[in-house]
Amino acid sequence: MTTEELCEKQGEELSRQKSLKNRIHCCTAAGCISCGADGIKKALAQEIEAQGKTGAVEVCGTGCMGMCGRGPLVYSSTDRRLYGQLAPTDAAALVEGNAAALSTRAIDLESPFFSRQVKVVLANSGRVDPEKLNDYIAVGGYQALAKALEEMTPRQVVEEVKKSGLRGRGGAGYPTGLKWELVAKQLPTTKYIVCNADEGDPGAFMDRSVLEGDPHRVLEGMAIAGYAVGATQGYIYVRGEYGLAIQRLQAAIKQAEREHLLGSRILEQGFQFRIDLRIGAGAFVCGEETALIASIEGKRGQPRQRPPYPPASGLWGAPTLINNVETFANIAPIVEKGAEWFASIGTANSKGTKVFALAGKIANPGLIEVPMGATLREILFDIGGGVPGQKLKAAQTGGPSGGCIPEQLLDTPVDYESLAKIGSIMGSGGLIVMDDTSCMVDVARFFMDFCMDESCGKCIPCRAGTLQMHDILQRITTGAASEHDLEVLKSLAELLRETSLCGLGQTAPNPVISTLKYFPEEYEAHIRDKRCPAGHCEIEAAQQEVTA
Amino acid sequence: MSTISEAPVSVVAPKDNREKMLDRAMSRHQYSGNALIEVLHTAQELYGFLSPELLKTIAHKLRLPPSRVLGVATFYHFFSLKPKGEHTFVVCLGTACYVAGGLGLIGKLEHRCAKAGQTTPDGKVSVETARCIGSCGLAPAVIYDGNVLARVTPNAVDAELNKIGVK
Repeated sequence: MTTEELCEKQGEELSRQKSLKNRIHCCTAAGCISCGADGIKKALAQEIEAQGKTGAVEVCGTGCMGMCGRGPLVYSSTDRRLYGQLAPTDAAALVEGNAAALSTRAIDLESPFFSRQVKVVLANSGRVDPEKLNDYIAVGGYQALAKALEEMTPRQVVEEVKKSGLRGRGGAGYPTGLKWELVAKQLPTTKYIVCNADEGDPGAFMDRSVLEGDPHRVLEGMAIAGYAVGATQGYIYVRGEYGLAIQRLQAAIKQAEREHLLGSRILEQGFQFRIDLRIGAGAFVCGEETALIASIEGKRGQPRQRPPYPPASGLWGAPTLINNVETFANIAPIVEKGAEWFASIGTANSKGTKVFALAGKIANPGLIEVPMGATLREILFDIGGGVPGQKLKAAQTGGPSGGCIPEQLLDTPVDYESLAKIGSIMGSGGLIVMDDTSCMVDVARFFMDFCMDESCGKCIPCRAGTLQMHDILQRITTGAASEHDLEVLKSLAELLRETSLCGLGQTAPNPVISTLKYFPEEYEAHIRDKRCPAGHCEIEAAQQEVTA
Repeated sequence: MSTISEAPVSVVAPKDNREKMLDRAMSRHQYSGNALIEVLHTAQELYGFLSPELLKTIAHKLRLPPSRVLGVATFYHFFSLKPKGEHTFVVCLGTACYVAGGLGLIGKLEHRCAKAGQTTPDGKVSVETARCIGSCGLAPAVIYDGNVLARVTPNAVDAELNKIGVK
């Protein structure tokens, strides 16, 4: 396909969609599918036929619409209404456009949940059918790749990304443009692009939603990256647990190759770029870039010492650019709309938007995207709808590498520096809300249990340290710990942070450190008074066992 | 145990096309050791689990030391060296599910079936835990035979177990 043909196709598809009387979007992300979205989609297709509206009304599956707690969700494009908690029996009313019959399940699109969000990464999620390339082309897909190939030099693309101020969305926040420049500057040998889709943080489903809802956006971002740094091969390392995302990615790659949007002679230009999938096999540490590289090479996913960093020596010793899914999803809009536009969103040092997965004790669990600099209070109360019934106790960001943020710090703006200042991290975007029924010591124990289990065992501080810290936390939650244990816990936390080989061990103590800092009284209650203020830990039972 | 001893027979049996399919997967990757994880994925899909004999065959074909193949197979959670039960319950214990009561579901399954990570002696039900299946909006979630169940209660687990005739 040439660029002219791409534009032609866009026009054709747009006019076809406009000629429809109604286009019914049925959310087919993993969340809605598990509430029965497949059945609704099938019922809608049957109903369209039964009512003789084939060609006038169309049903399409889309990516995540955000309000996962109210699934399955369906959006009707003529009357611009969103409905939740539907059943296959509602298909007739949907096809008829009988809004009155569905009014009890209508979701207000003007509510703060939607109006407070700014969508860049998720712009197409819920709008396009992830299984149809034409749908993506209709909303301007692959135009950024065409622009890069035809109007820009690789150097200009790198400069544009640098100017945009985009930082890595995987958690650490390294400036993306700088990383690209490092790889681009390497001698012109074989280079690789790797997309890190090994989203392992418990409580995070942003990357999965992007891959499931808009896979072509990620492919386009990777192809642009390939052009910018001079790579011809890309890998997507995706979690084995994400079956649907894998299936949609495989289909998307095939479609794009067939239309010469990937593979050789992309858009009939001289540029070639292939993308292959690598399926992860369930190891959290593979989110670390050197461990991920080892895993793609077919080895145990253990990190190695850095430097050399992957931009100098990565996959099979070649210069390798590794970015996260969300980072790649930001590339096409940056190239298309320009760095200035992107940099106008967000704060001075953190540009653009961030996708969060809201979960836990919150009224509207789901997938949201906010401009950097929004406060946690806005996210949790305006968008998230607050904590039903109970009082909010803490918000947890950054998964097992992050920290618990207490209620009094909720006015902290969400950007890389501010979150680091209060002892947490941006992380990949998991945001879990806890209320008074959650015991913070137990939460710390839960994350330490996770890190202990996921430690790859290569370096001793992490392998032995996480075990020791977990043992102490276990003793605290069962009421068997002494004051001395608390001191040991603190010094171990310091030791792990200073001496572990990779990010997993270095950040493993974060949940302990942050809960110790903001909820010291809970630790004291467990140790001194042998009671759990949240009433969660079964101290008494354990105590009775000890005395018996 | 009988399934384990049967595995090598099926590996060498010429009529079993699982072997052919595994070999095709390996040849697609030019029998390269780099493709070990892909090959193990295919092998587990075909056989349900990775028996010692199967691992040895793979090591031989990919020209890798058996220790490396075993090392990789045991490093990743996804690979199972033991046969799975007829039905599998994977209880998510990601943060959101943990906070929403995932432990209670595990307790129910352990009480009626087997400990987490194990299979009932009659091979009917396997109980597993997951670190986060990314369905946090639906917490607590359980994957029952490949389908995600949302907002599961211990009673719902009871109902599913009754349906498949677990006492």
